Amino acid sequence: MLSTTETVDIKKTVKPVQATKDVVIYFAGDSGDGIQAIGGQFGHTCVRMGNDIVTFPDFPAEIRAPAGTQAGVSGYQLRFGSGEVLTPGDNYDALIALNPAALQARVKGLKTNGLLIINTDKFRETDLKKAQCKTNPLDDGSLDGYQIFRVDLTKLTRAAVFETPLPATLSTREGDRCQNFFALGMVCWLYQRSLEPTVQYIKSKFGKRAEIAEANQRALRAGWVYCENTETFASSYEIAPAKHAPGLYRHITGNQATALGLVAAGQKAELPVFLASYPITPASDILHQLSRYKNMNVTTVQAEDEIAAACMAIGASFAGALGCTSTSGPGLDLKQEALSLAISTELPLIVVDVQRGGPSTGLPTKTEQADLLAAIYGRHGECPAPIIAASSPSDCFFAVYEAARIAIKYRTPVIFLTDGYLANGAEPWLIPSSKTLAPIVHKQLVERNGVMPFDRDPDTMARQWVRIGTPGLEYRVGGLEKDQKTGNISYDPDNHEAMGYLRKAKIDRIEREIPPTVIDGPESGDLLLVGWGSTHGAIKSAMGRQRQAGQKGISQIHLRFLNPLPPDLGDILKRFKHVLVPEMNMGQLSMLIRAKYVLPAKPLNKVKGQPFTITEISNAIEAILGGK
Amino acid sequence: MSAVTTVPLSAVKLTNKDYESDQEVRWCPGCGDYAILRQTQKVLADLDIPREKHVFVSGIGCSSRFPYYMNTYGFHTIHGRAPAFATGIKCVQPDLTVWIATGDGDALSIGGNHLIHIIRRNVGVKILLFNNRIYGLTKGQYSPTSSFGKLTASTPMGSPDHPLNPLSLALGCEATFVARTLDRDLEHLGQTLHAAAKHKGTAFVEILQNCNVFNDGEWFEYTDKATKPLSTLRLEDGQPLVYGQNKERGIRLNRFTLEPVDMSKGEAKIEDLMKADSSDLNQALALSRISGKDGLPLPIGVLYKVERNCFEDDVVGQVRKAQAEKPSKNDIDSLLRAGETWTVS
Repeated sequence: MLSTTETVDIKKTVKPVQATKDVVIYFAGDSGDGIQAIGGQFGHTCVRMGNDIVTFPDFPAEIRAPAGTQAGVSGYQLRFGSGEVLTPGDNYDALIALNPAALQARVKGLKTNGLLIINTDKFRETDLKKAQCKTNPLDDGSLDGYQIFRVDLTKLTRAAVFETPLPATLSTREGDRCQNFFALGMVCWLYQRSLEPTVQYIKSKFGKRAEIAEANQRALRAGWVYCENTETFASSYEIAPAKHAPGLYRHITGNQATALGLVAAGQKAELPVFLASYPITPASDILHQLSRYKNMNVTTVQAEDEIAAACMAIGASFAGALGCTSTSGPGLDLKQEALSLAISTELPLIVVDVQRGGPSTGLPTKTEQADLLAAIYGRHGECPAPIIAASSPSDCFFAVYEAARIAIKYRTPVIFLTDGYLANGAEPWLIPSSKTLAPIVHKQLVERNGVMPFDRDPDTMARQWVRIGTPGLEYRVGGLEKDQKTGNISYDPDNHEAMGYLRKAKIDRIEREIPPTVIDGPESGDLLLVGWGSTHGAIKSAMGRQRQAGQKGISQIHLRFLNPLPPDLGDILKRFKHVLVPEMNMGQLSMLIRAKYVLPAKPLNKVKGQPFTITEISNAIEAILGGK
Repeated sequence: MSAVTTVPLSAVKLTNKDYESDQEVRWCPGCGDYAILRQTQKVLADLDIPREKHVFVSGIGCSSRFPYYMNTYGFHTIHGRAPAFATGIKCVQPDLTVWIATGDGDALSIGGNHLIHIIRRNVGVKILLFNNRIYGLTKGQYSPTSSFGKLTASTPMGSPDHPLNPLSLALGCEATFVARTLDRDLEHLGQTLHAAAKHKGTAFVEILQNCNVFNDGEWFEYTDKATKPLSTLRLEDGQPLVYGQNKERGIRLNRFTLEPVDMSKGEAKIEDLMKADSSDLNQALALSRISGKDGLPLPIGVLYKVERNCFEDDVVGQVRKAQAEKPSKNDIDSLLRAGETWTVS
């Protein structure tokens, strides 16, 4: 049997190694199998080995969905390569299926002749029944198009874990829970990945229980040794590091980047950051992360509900802090009335909306971009707010920083849109220097100097941000309409209309903050692809594929500001014969573009809770331009 | 005129006039809110707190117009949510004295969730609950404190709702200061507001307030000279629970029940009576249950008062502690570079 003490150099294989440039791998198992842990760890290892990566965790909303069922399948798709990686890939080169449900649910994404690693210990009759397999896929011929590797994962893991006594007793059940690391060990061998980052991870994660840490390490090594010593695999693959720009890198997810961006904004603006949030998938990690940065003058409160979270943040801004609240779609709905008060009283506020599948509870753990119109128009009355969206996990840092800069400068709530795909997705990040971040300018009124709370800055049109507690500036403000000059309650019809236009003009004016739109491709041509948010990588990859196929007249622009829209957008759109707007909704940005610029922008929509594949966008381009 | 009042700043003692804003007060003539406004202005003038350190926060309703009439900082927010705004304010500037003006609809109906949580957290705010048992601003619908069967605009056949008890609710939320007072007893109102102002933590004050337009006389039994001696019980710490025209009545504890006794009929002696003790939660709970319709007089005064750490002190304390423990990492570049990094050359 396999032994972890066997004298095998687990750093170097003696079998043949083939070089390859780009691999898409998919880990699939039950939601309690630790799939997210090994997926994340494998990605981390790839990043540490210099590859570019894009990850796509895809898991059910239930913490422990019914075991062994297709509904309970947790997946982690990961693409790593020696070139630039922009999407998690359409189809995978390898699928690791820990049970029949995972196999059934995910095998259709595996490339023809792809590697299929199966845990044969989980193909008993009861397992097949739970997975709703009428016949056993292992012998019904349905997997004939793949390279199948049958592994008795449970038995092998048990043997490895319990081979010699552990520092403390471990139950069989606990031992079996190490099988995800056995699988990871195998995959590490298959792609010649170092085990060291995972060993470190196991030590820090399970350090308090030495027997569990030891058992997981044994399973990990045993997985590697199994591949090296048995004849299951004849050769492995090697992926050279990507050519990254020089500098200091770290691994980052969208939610981490959002949290860091808010801290950076507070530091640059020399303002305390106050975040109040109510836990909600997939945004909770922003609250978790920020609650660990208290040393950076960050205050976090877990509010009693979504409404309270928004109201506390506005109260904090009224008191002179940078008020923030993070949520997902259902929470955005609940916060809208509070947002309208912040717009009416002209106080800064950051609302982070990590979009997920809707309507209602919808698809809590899946991704979508269907909150755009709710963000722009979701409030009663004429109630404009700037909307900013991030385009990649690390871009969340820069985009939320920009949102904060605008909120503070123009004294307005800004809605910052990310989505489930960005929030949980990870990538390597070239860490920026704080010196490269734009300054955040604000003049909080902290003494009585003749300036009144409703006097406006002629440049930004923003009213004064009075630090309450300042002697001599006692003022009252609320949601009732305010007199344009004094801020006192006013029911005057002309004043109300003037205030409405003033609020609009203030937000419209923000368009001057938007840098010239970057056009990827020719300045004019046959087709302009217009995107926003997390679709950037898929659109760019699809364009690249079409260019390689000979389509020369395609360009891409990607919008960071959704309200106001970039001032040069109208001109750019008119320079192309066709405009295609891929979005994970039913055509929200395309509707805005058609309405504002009166041109036949074509929507390309997907609302499956899944990101676009490159092929979907590429096919749509072909449908417009014809194949070449 | 301006929303900023340009009263000269001075170190001299302020008067109630200094707390009047330049806004015309627009409550209905005869509304109980006027008395509360005047007493509050008077109490603030008596406190040793600079005017700019006071903030009045409100939601929506007649009572919620209160901040506009106070020459302090003020925030008229959205319906029911004043406690959440106040919590945000206190977390950023804990030294401010924050008041919440709210009504029975604002606090107990739409804002019920925020009310229970601000009380349990013990955020350092003074909550003035104007309880008139009716919706005034929307013209006369029943509220969460309206009695069962109440005939109102929205309940022509009588309200099917059972009312809740604000003081019991507050005590159930682990309140640290719970009191009841009346709009028509100016002296008691002033004393109670003063005691609330001095409390560190959430001070919850129910003010029985008359809406002379939609629910006139709701509390007259407890405010009229003729009836109030028998219908109300004035709580004074350390003093026996006595009431009646000549203080001849009292309250005695019989097993777990509060029992009214008439000393003039020899039912009990003064030493048999309970003594008011605002530090005794069980007594406060028992007193809070008195409805005034159960043969017992309605308690007026401070039912409960204890010291407990305030939310904002703990929240700010954590920030200060973290800053003291990790001062070296206190800049953006160190933060971004914390954890695992690698160099590409």
